[in-house]
Amino acid sequence: MSVPVLEARRIVKSFGGVRALRGVSLAVHAGEVLAVIGENGAGKSTLMKILAGVQGPDTGELIIDGQVRAIRSVQEALSLGIALIHQELNLAETLDVGANIYLGREPQRMGWIDSGRINRESRVVLEQVGLAVSPETLVSELTIGQQQLVEIAKALSVKARVLIMDEPTSSLSGYEAQNLLRLIRELRSRGVAIVYISHRLGEVHGLADRVEVLRDGENAGQLSGGEISHPAMVRLMVGRELSQFYPHKVHPSGAPVLEVEGLRTRAHPRHAVNFQVRAGEVVGMAGLVGAGRTEVLEALFGITPALAGAVRVDGRALAAESPRAAMDAGLALVPEDRKHDGLVLEMGVRENISLATLHRDQRRGFLNRQQERALCEEMVGAMRIKTPNAEQPVQFLSGGNQQKVVIGKWLATRPRVLLLDEPTRGVDIGAKQEIYLLMEELASKGVAVLFVSSDLEEILGMSDRVLVLHEGRLAGELSRGELSEEAVMHLATGAGPRVSHPVPVS
Amino acid sequence: MKKILGILGLLIVVCVVTASLSDSFLSAYNVENVLRRSALFGILSIGVAFVIITGGIDLSLGSVVCLVGCGLPWLLTVHHWPLGIALPVVLTVAMGIGLAHGLLITKLRIQPFIVTLCGLLLYRGIARGFTGDQTVGFGSEFKGIRMLATGKIPFLPGFELPAPVVFLAVVAVVAAVFLNRTIFGRYLLALGRNPQAATYSGIPTERMTVLAYVISSGLAGVGGVFFVLDVNSAQPVDFGNFYELYAIAAAVLGGCSLRGGEGSVVGVLVGATLMQVLRNMITLVTTRNNVEFAIIGAVILIGVIADELARRFAARRRTARAMQSVPQAGAQV
Repeated sequence: MSVPVLEARRIVKSFGGVRALRGVSLAVHAGEVLAVIGENGAGKSTLMKILAGVQGPDTGELIIDGQVRAIRSVQEALSLGIALIHQELNLAETLDVGANIYLGREPQRMGWIDSGRINRESRVVLEQVGLAVSPETLVSELTIGQQQLVEIAKALSVKARVLIMDEPTSSLSGYEAQNLLRLIRELRSRGVAIVYISHRLGEVHGLADRVEVLRDGENAGQLSGGEISHPAMVRLMVGRELSQFYPHKVHPSGAPVLEVEGLRTRAHPRHAVNFQVRAGEVVGMAGLVGAGRTEVLEALFGITPALAGAVRVDGRALAAESPRAAMDAGLALVPEDRKHDGLVLEMGVRENISLATLHRDQRRGFLNRQQERALCEEMVGAMRIKTPNAEQPVQFLSGGNQQKVVIGKWLATRPRVLLLDEPTRGVDIGAKQEIYLLMEELASKGVAVLFVSSDLEEILGMSDRVLVLHEGRLAGELSRGELSEEAVMHLATGAGPRVSHPVPVS
Repeated sequence: MKKILGILGLLIVVCVVTASLSDSFLSAYNVENVLRRSALFGILSIGVAFVIITGGIDLSLGSVVCLVGCGLPWLLTVHHWPLGIALPVVLTVAMGIGLAHGLLITKLRIQPFIVTLCGLLLYRGIARGFTGDQTVGFGSEFKGIRMLATGKIPFLPGFELPAPVVFLAVVAVVAAVFLNRTIFGRYLLALGRNPQAATYSGIPTERMTVLAYVISSGLAGVGGVFFVLDVNSAQPVDFGNFYELYAIAAAVLGGCSLRGGEGSVVGVLVGATLMQVLRNMITLVTTRNNVEFAIIGAVILIGVIADELARRFAARRRTARAMQSVPQAGAQV
């Protein structure tokens, strides 16, 4: 085989104490599409950022056209012909298309920006990507799909030989996605090397010449040509032992506590979601980033009220138009981003724990300070929160203890339904297990627990039942007996139920 | 509390310096006067402190002072409304202004700076409009009600307490209890720090924010009444000019962070007093009143810089202590 245009060897990268990449290698040749796939957190995006000079590796080398090169910045990567198109587009919306294509390297004439040349040359690359708009159109007037094409045009205008695309179709309509895939094939035929990251295995199947699978920051395997199939990819993406880490026991589940019918969220207005959670049941909600899991929880809790749908708690209808209404009905939500949504970081442990129950414990509007102190003491004990005292600002606690404060705040409301969004993200092992034990304990007391997680192991380890979302719709439901990583990933990547009844992929 | 000690120290230093430079500073007449002015500005400062605690700002209160301060004598002397109607009307208008600000800020999500800046222009313009730019006042009438602002209560031999000080004390106690002892005060402090977390905890953040603006404008209205009762006449062109800045400066000096979520009533009172002592010092000690703004600006800047430096020093010490107590930080992300 020819010399790869771009090769990465044994790349290692750590953030804080966490190793995101543990010696990953990959190579891409001119005129081929290399798909890089893996679960959330497998290290794909980190690797791409290193290839494009956004971040430097801790160790490992990058080889371009057979020569070892250091890529220290995005500028350097660009000058070597490597362009990255981010998952979130990086365009200046208030500037026009031409200005965006030439942003940071504007051609000049006597110190002035040569807009004539920008427009002339922008037209050429816009035509290459098949985008029929004038270079003087404002980016904010374009659709997401068109903006993506502007990004690609920008890459072409720097004569990129390696185009790295991070989930380019994730926010595109079906038609726009088809257009983009056609363009990628055309670029390949012109000798551009394309590194393509996607969660949509169907897309990868039809497009990629080779597939590189990452798992936990390592190479998990490679597929090429005829070996590329949906089951083969899933097998490589998961495939590890389930540890005995999870304290999960199956509980006799009772009557439905939370019933959701026809729930439509703002993020995915076209898909209605139906499900229920019974008393004493722990239900996991799986899906890829952007599948709409957080949106479902936040709609239930009244943060972003749903567009439509009926929600019942213990048989009583709930109009979840505000968090307070949801709380009154017996719901509690431990949000995904604890620093942003869960805690008032500068306030003490006591003030954070009591925040959701102040109105319940009030005495004609006055704080019930005795009750507040008692509550704090109780939760610090029950949750085993490690803090020097009750007044310690929570910003000085560890991630695990911060999360316990958030959970403690919600336990204090004595919820009937506990919603948890990524409850163990950024939490150390010890606190993780304590959080699991707590979920178990609540379920055994008859609380309905619904948790969202991107950690497949956790989903499998902790759930009585798993709901899998894919792009806003409920792609499937798996009972404990049917649970396997393959089954979950299969549904999450949009392949439909695997065994029983084949469903056409939309 | 440490925060208040710093500003209290500054107040004492300014007092000592002024007293040593001017014999008349400690005279009963002057002290009573400074206290009266401090009390009047204290009312405004406490009001705006509530808005600052939510992370907002109220630039309109000088104009609310003008609107109310001109409106009350105008209704009483030009239109001969009875006091029992005119007074509730002007105060209701003031609170209505706060309600409007709060709704624009929470429902339409317009920035507080813009909303209240427009208010600043609007209410002064309205006051100048309905008075035809003519000075309005009570003349020799309404002596009874004017005692509220001009009256004195025997306190110590040779020294009488100005009536507004007593009123301010009542406002301050109510405000302090509200802020520190009620769930609503806690809600304000929480949403000022992190509105997201407050919302996720079921706190009615929008209603609380509106309430803060109603308190601010309402107290500005009360202040306007007291100011005009005190000086007896109001010129719509400049009555209450820059008062919002004095009030905001007092609140910030007193420990309110413009980032929101921080502040104490006692601090605000000390801040308001410091502002008035400074102005008094300039009048007594210098012969040039025209440098007043420069001196006040410089002192506020120094106070805020000192506060920021102290905060950084404390943070660094805390970090150093934390590093010592935990030998290895572990893998916390």
